Amino acid sequence: MEKQRNWTFRITIYRLIMIAFVFIAAGAALYRFRYGLGSVTNLNDHWPWGLWIGFDLLCGIALAGGGFSTALIVHVLHKEKYLPIARAALLTSLIGYVIALISLFLDIGRWYNFWRPFFYWGYHSVLFEVFWCISLYTMVQVLEFGEIFFEKVKCAPLQKILHFFMTPLLILGIILPTLHQSSLGSLYVVAVDKLNPLWWSMIIPFFFVWSAFFLGPAMVTIEGTLAAKAYGRKPELSVFQSLTKVTLWMMIIYFVVKVADLSYRGVLSTAFNGSFESNMFLIEMIVFVLAPIFMYAVPSIRTRLWGVLTASILVVAGVIFNRMNVVFTGMSKGMGGHYFPSVWEWLITIGMWSALVLIYCFIVENFPILPREEHIETGSHTSIGTGIQA
Amino acid sequence: MPKGVLVDVSRCIGCRSCQTACKNYYDLPATLPATKESWNNPPELSATDWTRVSYHMIKKDGRVQWRFVKNQCMHCNEPACESACFTHAFLKTENGPVVYKPTDLNKDYCVGCRYCMIACPFNVPKFEWDKTFPYVRKCKFCFERLNQGLKPACVSACPTEAIKFGDRDNLLAEAWQRINRESRYVKHVYGEKEYGGTAWMYISDVPFEQLGFKTNVSERSIPSYSWNVLRWTPYIFVGWGAILTAMRYYTKKRSQTHDESEMYAPVDKG
Repeated sequence: MEKQRNWTFRITIYRLIMIAFVFIAAGAALYRFRYGLGSVTNLNDHWPWGLWIGFDLLCGIALAGGGFSTALIVHVLHKEKYLPIARAALLTSLIGYVIALISLFLDIGRWYNFWRPFFYWGYHSVLFEVFWCISLYTMVQVLEFGEIFFEKVKCAPLQKILHFFMTPLLILGIILPTLHQSSLGSLYVVAVDKLNPLWWSMIIPFFFVWSAFFLGPAMVTIEGTLAAKAYGRKPELSVFQSLTKVTLWMMIIYFVVKVADLSYRGVLSTAFNGSFESNMFLIEMIVFVLAPIFMYAVPSIRTRLWGVLTASILVVAGVIFNRMNVVFTGMSKGMGGHYFPSVWEWLITIGMWSALVLIYCFIVENFPILPREEHIETGSHTSIGTGIQA
Repeated sequence: MPKGVLVDVSRCIGCRSCQTACKNYYDLPATLPATKESWNNPPELSATDWTRVSYHMIKKDGRVQWRFVKNQCMHCNEPACESACFTHAFLKTENGPVVYKPTDLNKDYCVGCRYCMIACPFNVPKFEWDKTFPYVRKCKFCFERLNQGLKPACVSACPTEAIKFGDRDNLLAEAWQRINRESRYVKHVYGEKEYGGTAWMYISDVPFEQLGFKTNVSERSIPSYSWNVLRWTPYIFVGWGAILTAMRYYTKKRSQTHDESEMYAPVDKG
């Protein structure tokens, strides 16, 4: 190992702006804790869940899906050519979960009671499973990250202990997100007769976990490209390309199961009845599922950076679109009333996502997360070969 | 014996005595009249309005007529709110009422996540949005009064016996008796089977869908839906864990190991 570096954090104008957003959000959050939800949010009896749950929590957790899908591919299936992206995926996932937990804490009314579910077991609630799995998985990810942390901050005994437990941690680190990614969907099983049947289904947990999984590679592609751009590196194009196979097949299965489920429940025709819900559903399916499937399937699109990037952006936007449809579009008839997030809700959300970017930058600049530059060169030659053959 | 209430819509005159009785008994603040586009006042249930009479102008036998429906918590036999709560802050008591532990039993379990509001098929639980530490509020079927052998406050205020308190089974039998005796009634007891049955039940001489009721709903209770999904959790945990462990060891043999500490480095860009 090289000699110990000092901690660094470069300050640029963009980072200053983001730091300002974080401070505004922190201020608004303190105000909210003191004066209650009604004082800062537009939430109401018709819309008990809004931007923080719908976007920060549901989308944040889904977008962090890159962590567990990469862990499965790299550490369980040992597809070593994907190693270059493994740590970056873990890191984004970890920060995503911390953000989600913070937004959950912001959103609960009686926040000093947040620890109750650990002791008063409402095990018949889907939320109970979600809560336990998310808390435990965040802890597991912190421990997984510990291995990286101790590469910089030397502490041999702790590193040894962690290394010993790495296999069970890795396995837990896949089971737990599998469970709660699906339960985030199961949360809406209770909303039978409320959530529009285009989205409500007894197998909504499958749709949630499956989409969180196939979103992983797409998210890694976007992050990788962004990081490469920001730090003037070469994007790991070959890794991105061969990952598209995973996404492609999983999305085809997703689409087939979706259509089969809708026709089994006899509601397929409502997708074409011209209502607002049905149009939103069609957009979700055509623009955000079928279009990326097509782009991933055509080699001349998939093998170019712009192609794989555009398709990945569609996939990620599609999962966000789907979650928004479940939380807002599909529920609007069942709940009545109306809701649009207040300025403060937006500012707190923007602040949290700014914090995510800042923490990511700080960590990759100080810890060994991204592959060494010379390692990419050799690594990419072999994987370009496999990527195109496959 | 679980208790219940039978509401006969055809007998209600819309006097709102039940509303007032509830407010008086629980010392709830009055809501300013907000009759906007209908005669409903208050316009909907809220954290301080646990019951209200909704007014419906309908056409029946070629004439315009009024019907009045008292709305409040239905006190489901298998309540969605109770099953949805991850700290078990709701409780279905033996004699019928569904109560909220923090305010009713002085057990402050509630986290304030509002999943009960998503889960309730009748959109009953309401939140104290303007408080720093809000509670969820809703009708509690006067469970303290029931324990003392009294009727709910609203029932004792009703001048026309439109709402009748008693054992749920007896009331259900009486409901069908009334329906079978007089042809004007719709042949349906709302709440007999809806979502597994509710303690509050309605009969009416006007189709329920014209009175703001959610009709054609599931006869299965909401908890049974979520339990159908949740019961797989332990199997997935163990099974998926076993598969992953097996795959990890199987594929490990075939791959060469990388020294991860040599592979990554902090990004260097000054």
